[in-house]
Amino acid sequence: MSSELLKVTNLVKNFELRVNNGARRKKRIVQAVTNVSFSVDKGQTLGLVGESGSGKTTVGRCILRLIEPTSGSVEFEGHDLSSLKFEEMRALRRKMQIVFQDPFASLDPKMTVGASITEPMVVQGVPGDHSDKVIELLELVGLSADHAQRFPHEFSGGQRQRIGVARALALNPALIVLDEPVSALDVSIQAGVVNLFEDLQSRLGMSYIFIAHDLSVVQHIADRVAVMYLGKIVEIGDQESVYARPTHPYTKALLSAVPLPDPKIERARHRIMLEGDVPSPVNPPSGCRFRTRCWKAQDVCAQEEPMLTVRPSGQMSACHFPES
Amino acid sequence: MSKQESTVLSPRQMAFRRFVSHKAAVASCIIIGLLTLFIVLAPLTARYGVNESVQAPPNSFLTPRAKSWLGTDDIGRDLYSRLIYGVRVSLLIGLASAIISVTLGALVGAVAGFRGGKFDDIMMRVTDLFLAFPFLVTLLVVRNVLGALPWLRPITGDMSSVRFIIVLFGLFGWMGVARIVRGQVLSLKEREFVEAARAVGASRRYIITRHLLPNSVGPIMVALTFSVVGAIIGESTLAFFGYGPQAGDGATSLGILVGAAKGAVQTGYWWLAVFPCLVLIVIALSINFIGDALRDATDPRLDRGV
Amino acid sequence: MAEKVLEIRDLHVTFDTPSGPLEAVRGVDLDVSAGELLGVVGESGSGKSVSFLATMGLLPARARVTGSVLLAGEQLIGASAKQMRSVRGRLLSMIFQDPLSALNPVHRIGDQISEMLRSHQNLSARDADKRAVELLDIVGIPQPGDRARQYPHEFSGGMRQRVVIAIAIANNPKVLIADEPTTALDVTVQAQILEVIERVQERFGTAVVLITHDLGVIARVADRVNVMYAGRNVEQGTIESLFDHPSHPYTRGLLASLPRPGKQRLKPITGFPPNMLNPPSGCAFHTRCEYAADICKGEMPPLVGFGDLQTACVRAKELPKSESFV
Repeated sequence: MSSELLKVTNLVKNFELRVNNGARRKKRIVQAVTNVSFSVDKGQTLGLVGESGSGKTTVGRCILRLIEPTSGSVEFEGHDLSSLKFEEMRALRRKMQIVFQDPFASLDPKMTVGASITEPMVVQGVPGDHSDKVIELLELVGLSADHAQRFPHEFSGGQRQRIGVARALALNPALIVLDEPVSALDVSIQAGVVNLFEDLQSRLGMSYIFIAHDLSVVQHIADRVAVMYLGKIVEIGDQESVYARPTHPYTKALLSAVPLPDPKIERARHRIMLEGDVPSPVNPPSGCRFRTRCWKAQDVCAQEEPMLTVRPSGQMSACHFPES
Repeated sequence: MSKQESTVLSPRQMAFRRFVSHKAAVASCIIIGLLTLFIVLAPLTARYGVNESVQAPPNSFLTPRAKSWLGTDDIGRDLYSRLIYGVRVSLLIGLASAIISVTLGALVGAVAGFRGGKFDDIMMRVTDLFLAFPFLVTLLVVRNVLGALPWLRPITGDMSSVRFIIVLFGLFGWMGVARIVRGQVLSLKEREFVEAARAVGASRRYIITRHLLPNSVGPIMVALTFSVVGAIIGESTLAFFGYGPQAGDGATSLGILVGAAKGAVQTGYWWLAVFPCLVLIVIALSINFIGDALRDATDPRLDRGV
Repeated sequence: MAEKVLEIRDLHVTFDTPSGPLEAVRGVDLDVSAGELLGVVGESGSGKSVSFLATMGLLPARARVTGSVLLAGEQLIGASAKQMRSVRGRLLSMIFQDPLSALNPVHRIGDQISEMLRSHQNLSARDADKRAVELLDIVGIPQPGDRARQYPHEFSGGMRQRVVIAIAIANNPKVLIADEPTTALDVTVQAQILEVIERVQERFGTAVVLITHDLGVIARVADRVNVMYAGRNVEQGTIESLFDHPSHPYTRGLLASLPRPGKQRLKPITGFPPNMLNPPSGCAFHTRCEYAADICKGEMPPLVGFGDLQTACVRAKELPKSESFV
């Protein structure tokens, strides 16, 4: 029996922007996600990293069909999600959940913590009184039973995030999409929440898709990593390989840009500085989308889009002149 | 251990506390409360009947004195008593039409905001259409048109009846509320707790009723108070021009009493102008203060906590 | 020994809130020397931003500020509004996290820089415009002459932050305070902005106070570091010393909680950030400190010398030697 839990193939999501440009009404297409493919095995963590405009957040939401993909397929436990109707999808939703970035907006301020945690079970029609389950979940995430009667505003950011995790666990999902789950938290609190994710995974065996821009945290928690740029995956492979031997220039530049908390290393490092800003996903560069900022760009990069190719160290990257 | 060791305060309790810190609003609540008491206990609090003449003509105009606290009108009716009955009618009109228009507006706004797309566009253009007409002119025209339709009579009553006016204001007062609620729904719709509900498979109806409407209660309540004021003043304006609710038996409304001020100013019977207008101002101001305080108290930004 | 351009002594800032007085800054001493880059590190409730907003005189009137802030000899606490307006932008500048809200959307970029120049210097409009273009060039904006005529919405986040920096250094202030200037930016853009700040420093000799929660950023650019917790300084020192042998349990905890290569379990700091309405007694960190003793709950410990660092832990001598984090 296959250990593959999720398979994404050629996922595409385009957004339409209605722009009023004076007299003319132009319809602009934002190519948020273009031909993204990857898979996630049971109990595994896939890190999805990228900067703004990379499309990583959109990928997360497309997987859960919170946003409808434009094309491509998302297969979960063998079922093609795009072909499912509302009721069938709802049944599958029990198995895939999401934890959001903003601990302040992810909980309804008018509902008690207990009510928020119970909501998944209520919506899914799970019968019975759920108060025991609520206590169990609260304690699982490191909070206490008497928190159930309180309201979100009484808790700190880290605690609210734990409540969000408790809610995501309510239906025992097999896959949880973690959308920048620790970015909004204080540094000293982040570690505790990351440990919680790891503990839960070793206890309950679910898979994670960990979406983040913080490469250090991803390095710590992910088994495999996919690096995204302007809607495409530019590199994907084992975490160790990608971090130690990046083959795509963007990955290299990204790793080089992350400041490490070690003055000696930082001052001695040779940093690759990228010129300019991330181009707009409305009009991505032709061929390789990274070429406008790449120091290795040649003519072929504008004419021909590089495909993901396996490299000697095991990972795949999309570049005509990969790093070695 | 949570952030604050103090007692558990629900959002409702916090809102209440914020409301109570507005002194003007609290005073207004007391005033309106007393007023309501007066008019509810009307036969007790009024000194005379609404059509009862205290001083037969001629010389029926009495200045304020012991016999008639606020003076009398041309038929010798006690102004104080008539004010009590009149305010009762006006408050009834205000409240009833506000409930109708807010319910209508909230529904339109919530559905338009939530569905979005073409539906939203159409609803908003309809709203704009209603808003485009000058209020009073429209009222007068619609009044005469609707009033002439015999098959509407059973629902709305006669053109001059109170019921008709309530329906009229209800039908033309919903637009502002619709816009407010739509705005609120639009901003709430993208919040992550709504996405979380969708992620567990919640239906549209569940999301609107369980998440969007409870979080819109604040703006809806504020809209309600301002609708009440709008209706009361609107009724007064209509009455001023002679189109107010009339009934043969001398029943009156605040608007009619204010309308009578027109003539009183010229003839020098000042009490007939001053007191009704004062009452109208006090009521309108009080409700406005309450509405302002409600708006501050239910400000959703404050739901984040200290 | 470089001269001190900014001297803060015993700074206290209290806000009157509906729930009672909130003391956000509870006695901060801080020095900034000419030309140095001082990193100020802290998390929620540390008072790091409030301290410098108080220095700039940008707090609302209901905030009570006491203490002494000397900027090149001039006392800023209690200064009149007119005095502060003269100081801001000329001797002391501040930039913030969100560049978009710092720029006026209806004025051209060049005009916004010129305005800053002309409010403190006696320049003609033409000279100011010329200088504005030069400043845009210094902060690394390509085609500065053309871009000076554009509006903020035509710039990306990183470019806007460069513009904000240009405005801040237009009059060559002695101190530039940067409050989380790169937190909202992508990491590749962050690297660029840090480089701009370093370049500006080299060229103009400006002292920079960089407020951040990111220890990596500090490690990259700071000369000295000041760690704040619950409205007070808890540790101070050169960057090398602080990372090599941190003496305060909070600093240690912070460094230990960062993810590092290798899969060892992360070590968070237990407990929660302090509630500044009712902070813990004595050393506010004692509720979360693994070395806390009774003495820690008593008086608030002062910042004292400890080797080549300054620390506010009364038990610093007794703590086990810290593992080096480098």
